[in-house]
Amino acid sequence: MSEFDQLYREVILDHYKNPRGHGVMENADAEAEGQNPLCGDEVSIYVAFGEDGDTIDDVMFSGRGCAISQAATSMLTEMVKGRRASEVAAMPKEELLEEIGIPLTPVRLKCAILGLTTLRLALHKGKGTPLPEGLAELEDLELT
Amino acid sequence: MAVTTHPKLDAHRLRADFPVFEQPIHGKPLAFLDSAVTSQKPRQVLDAMREFYATSYSNVHRGVYTLSERATEGYEGAREKVRAFLNAASTREVIFVRQATEGLNLVAYAWGLDNLGPGDVAIVTELEHHSNFVPWQQIARRTGADFRMLPIDDRGELRMELLDDVAGDANVKVVAANLVSNSLGTINPIERLAAWAHERGAIMVVDAAQAAPHKRIDVQTLGADFVAFSSHKMCGPTGAGVLWGRRELLEEMSPFNYGGSMIRSVRVEDTQWNELPYKFEAGTPAIAEAYGLGIAIDYLEAVGLEAIEQHEHELAEYALERLAELPFVTVYGPPPERRVGLVSFNVDGVHPHDVAQVLDWEGVAIRAGHHCCQPLMTRLGVAATNRASFYLYTVPEEIDRLVEGLRKVKEVLG
Repeated sequence: MSEFDQLYREVILDHYKNPRGHGVMENADAEAEGQNPLCGDEVSIYVAFGEDGDTIDDVMFSGRGCAISQAATSMLTEMVKGRRASEVAAMPKEELLEEIGIPLTPVRLKCAILGLTTLRLALHKGKGTPLPEGLAELEDLELT
Repeated sequence: MAVTTHPKLDAHRLRADFPVFEQPIHGKPLAFLDSAVTSQKPRQVLDAMREFYATSYSNVHRGVYTLSERATEGYEGAREKVRAFLNAASTREVIFVRQATEGLNLVAYAWGLDNLGPGDVAIVTELEHHSNFVPWQQIARRTGADFRMLPIDDRGELRMELLDDVAGDANVKVVAANLVSNSLGTINPIERLAAWAHERGAIMVVDAAQAAPHKRIDVQTLGADFVAFSSHKMCGPTGAGVLWGRRELLEEMSPFNYGGSMIRSVRVEDTQWNELPYKFEAGTPAIAEAYGLGIAIDYLEAVGLEAIEQHEHELAEYALERLAELPFVTVYGPPPERRVGLVSFNVDGVHPHDVAQVLDWEGVAIRAGHHCCQPLMTRLGVAATNRASFYLYTVPEEIDRLVEGLRKVKEVLG
């Protein structure tokens, strides 16, 4: 496969064109917004917890962004449903990158992990889990 | 009426001066359509700078020895070339800075801090690059002055008729605008803006970063009080730029940076500043870079600024014509006769980053982003745009490749 075909491989295009968990969740248990001012990407993440108050029952996202950021966030919602907040908060970003499965330049890496970083921020706000390690290296991202 | 004609520019021939085009990108010839962000460098500039470092380099205005004299000659020779390039009255009005951004900050700080206060107004335009927007916003805030913005119309042109409304009966002290918009390519009516500013007793500050590489600037007829531009966008090296200012204003202003070279005498009690332009050139300057800018000016003058402007105008016209063939592309900005060789656009439903990425694999380099113009992006209702920008080495075939690349973008991601 050429580099080109790798970057926009079918699974990425599928998640980009048919994003999972896309939309605004009313009455979310936790939410956060992330922005990448370099490219104007914006994502809001909404989390609903299960009855135990820790298991992630549902995750949704809204916002705008490039194919990589949208597809990566879509994949992320599938990856974290049913997992515990503490576990997701400690999930290394490599786990998501492996799922994405394509080589990313440093600029595109920021696109790819915007959703994950924002999710962790939501978990931090909702459950007090630690902020993602290496948040400092994401100084270009604006998180609110 | 006498008609002056300029020999047409041969972009295919000029390309041979630019070594960057000798390498393939992703196996394809490079179509560099991002000259508004920075231009490529001709061999003439690269060779001259190497030669300067190898034979004539030392610090300037210091030593009495041969090398220092040669370096000073090279540096001051470049200043004279800039003076002639701008048709400035004197080299004392030509200050070397790092780039347009530093020149604009110099004016905002050195002039603004001493001249703005409560009841005063600084006006910028909705087309400004952050570098001519944020300095005035921030200095206005520090001094208690008001900060206002002149809006644009739907074609990306300044709504000059609103100037009086924007100003109201406030005490307008400064009007800041770019001569050419880096986002839309709009050529702004600076002469009219300056006349209005002067009528209100304000100074006119012009960001010429996107103009100086592409069209002739005559500071004696432009009407501006300050003009800033960067070497790196006009075939010169990074690290050098120019602030031209009216001598009487520069004389009255406090220095921006303190340090070596800008001093006449220092005592514990007080310090006397050096004469212009050195008052504003603290520390060792970008010597070889200023020299390189001088060589770049030689290069541009040999090609002819008028020929460059005409060439880019034709390219803009061609690009707009070709992009109009693509129903999924939205183009922003004014008609070709009022823009330089720059086209901003979006592909329906496709994020600019993805557009630029797909084009990169076709060997076509364009910019995707907000172009440091977030207020303008807000006005256009977009987060970002794609921007293709042209220069003297751009050929129509590259625009054809852009159009073909956009068809591929639509096919893959649309």
